[in-house]
Amino acid sequence: MITVENLVKTFPSRSGNVVALDGVSLEVPQGTVCGVVGQSGAGKSTLARCIALLEKPDSGAIRVDGTDLVRLNGAALRAARRQIGVVPQGDSLLRQRTVAGNVALPLESAGVARLQRRARVLELLDLVGLADKAGAYPDQLSGGQRQRVAIARALAATPSVLLADEPTSALDPETTASVLTVLDRARAELGVTVLIVTHDMDVVRRVCDDVAVLERGRVVEHGKVLELISGDSRTAAALLPQTDQTTGLSSVDSNVGYGRYDGIAEVVLVGFAAVGALLPEASSRFGVNLALLGGGLTRLGDTPVARFRVGLTGDRADAALDFISEHGGVVRRRTREEVAA
Amino acid sequence: MTTATSWSKISDLLLEATSDTLYMVGVSTLLAALLGIPLGVLLHLTAPGGLSPQPLLNRLLSVVVDFGRSLPFIVLLIAILPFTRTIAGTTLGPAAAVVPLTIGAIPFVGRLVDNALREVDASVVEAAVTTGASKFRIVRSVLLREAAPAVVAAIGVTAIALVGYSAMAGVVGAGGLGDVAVRFGYHRYDYRVMWVTVAVLAVLVIAIQLAFDVVARAIDRRRRVNA
Ligand SMILES: Nc1ncnc2c1ncn2[C@@H]1O[C@H](COP(=O)(O)OP(=O)(O)O)[C@@H](O)[C@H]1O
Ligand SMILES: [Mg+2]
Repeated sequence: MITVENLVKTFPSRSGNVVALDGVSLEVPQGTVCGVVGQSGAGKSTLARCIALLEKPDSGAIRVDGTDLVRLNGAALRAARRQIGVVPQGDSLLRQRTVAGNVALPLESAGVARLQRRARVLELLDLVGLADKAGAYPDQLSGGQRQRVAIARALAATPSVLLADEPTSALDPETTASVLTVLDRARAELGVTVLIVTHDMDVVRRVCDDVAVLERGRVVEHGKVLELISGDSRTAAALLPQTDQTTGLSSVDSNVGYGRYDGIAEVVLVGFAAVGALLPEASSRFGVNLALLGGGLTRLGDTPVARFRVGLTGDRADAALDFISEHGGVVRRRTREEVAA
Repeated sequence: MTTATSWSKISDLLLEATSDTLYMVGVSTLLAALLGIPLGVLLHLTAPGGLSPQPLLNRLLSVVVDFGRSLPFIVLLIAILPFTRTIAGTTLGPAAAVVPLTIGAIPFVGRLVDNALREVDASVVEAAVTTGASKFRIVRSVLLREAAPAVVAAIGVTAIALVGYSAMAGVVGAGGLGDVAVRFGYHRYDYRVMWVTVAVLAVLVIAIQLAFDVVARAIDRRRRVNA
């Protein structure tokens, strides 16, 4: 578990101080994956570098399993760094070492004997699916493979926290998937707490349990992804299908026709049961016709999630919406003017 | 007035002179590397953004290094004669020449090594820092190992520069090929000796370059698959 308390970090510059972190607090429970998102310059990397103990914050605390690591020095600092596996931004492999040699580096730092090193390195290469590349050099690997080696290296000394700064920013969608799979496996098989800095919301969709949104050095939103999408949050806006577009829907009404519905609503459905059955059931139970006006389906981790704009016709339209809401759907009623705008 | 020296005399002369030059260049390159590499590492570590930033020390080292490099070798040679005598017991002969040659080459090596280390990507070094590695380990296993081909090349450049310097030292009594060129080629107008000396020097330089190239390539594990 990582706890960040009130972290402040300023950088001196010619035009006054740049406040990169302005009182950031964050909690990532053991064994969860938290995404730190935000625009360029929001302070994501600075936060990651502080947690990686590469940068000393002006004030605040960083606790891993309870111990504050910020004020440590010398040998205690080096020992603390071993608790945090880091996948730095950019290409960080030693080009003069084999893949196995790179993964062994943290074990050498920790003073692990050669024989145990070799065994551990093979374990990790297996975890990231690169057992056959042990003797290859980084220059012989693809970008995605290099990133997976960097992850294996970060995990070598059995840290309790894994930190990755934009691990997929230089990768194409396919390799991105392989890297995210590896991060997810690290959490599942090793129980590490994972913090991923990213500006790619798709990364959050695929692997993050939690998300923290940074804006100008502050956390403006933080929580479980599945909870945030039910509310009126930035996370919901960024992760869910847009309701004024039609993602993967065939027959959709145009704006012109809003007048003919007895009610219009936006509905968020989470989970197989809700996404699959809730709307048809409401429709048949209340004798209401439900038309899909926009929105679509997506997937958060393994959970299917839908956001639709629906138009209802029938006397009991309101009761149908209440039914959806009572059965776990998130319902927001909209006026015609709102949706036509 | 030219008393032509016999070819067998010339070849004896050249053999001895070449071995003197090799001795001077070899020993001073070795010493300059032994002292210059730590200097380069120190320059790199103490620089702003380095692993142990020490702005004052870094500035001081930089000034000393650049001053050392800016000094014409012939001036250095003469200026440190008393020091040379203290160390070597004499100012004549190849052994004594090693002193100014080494001192002249140390700042040269220091700066070249500093430059070589700068080519190691910052995120590679940071990755090592996050593993909890000590600075000593980072210098040895990361900085010097990653930059090893460039460091070897830098020592090669130094050795070749020292061939030139040693010839200059020959003029003031160090012996070696420079001494032969001056005594026979210049004072006695024996251009045969002069040109043969030049040829030997050229072969020497080419051989040194080749040797260092081979070593640098042998220790470079980067394999460009689709470069
Ligand atoms: N070493 C530094 N020196 C000066 N300013 C910095 C430094 N690192 C980051 N900053 C500034 O801090 C702010 C946050 O940067 P960063 O954490 O890199 O943002 P992000 O990773 O979200 O793009 C930016 O305004 C950036 O210019
Ligand atoms: Mg960044």
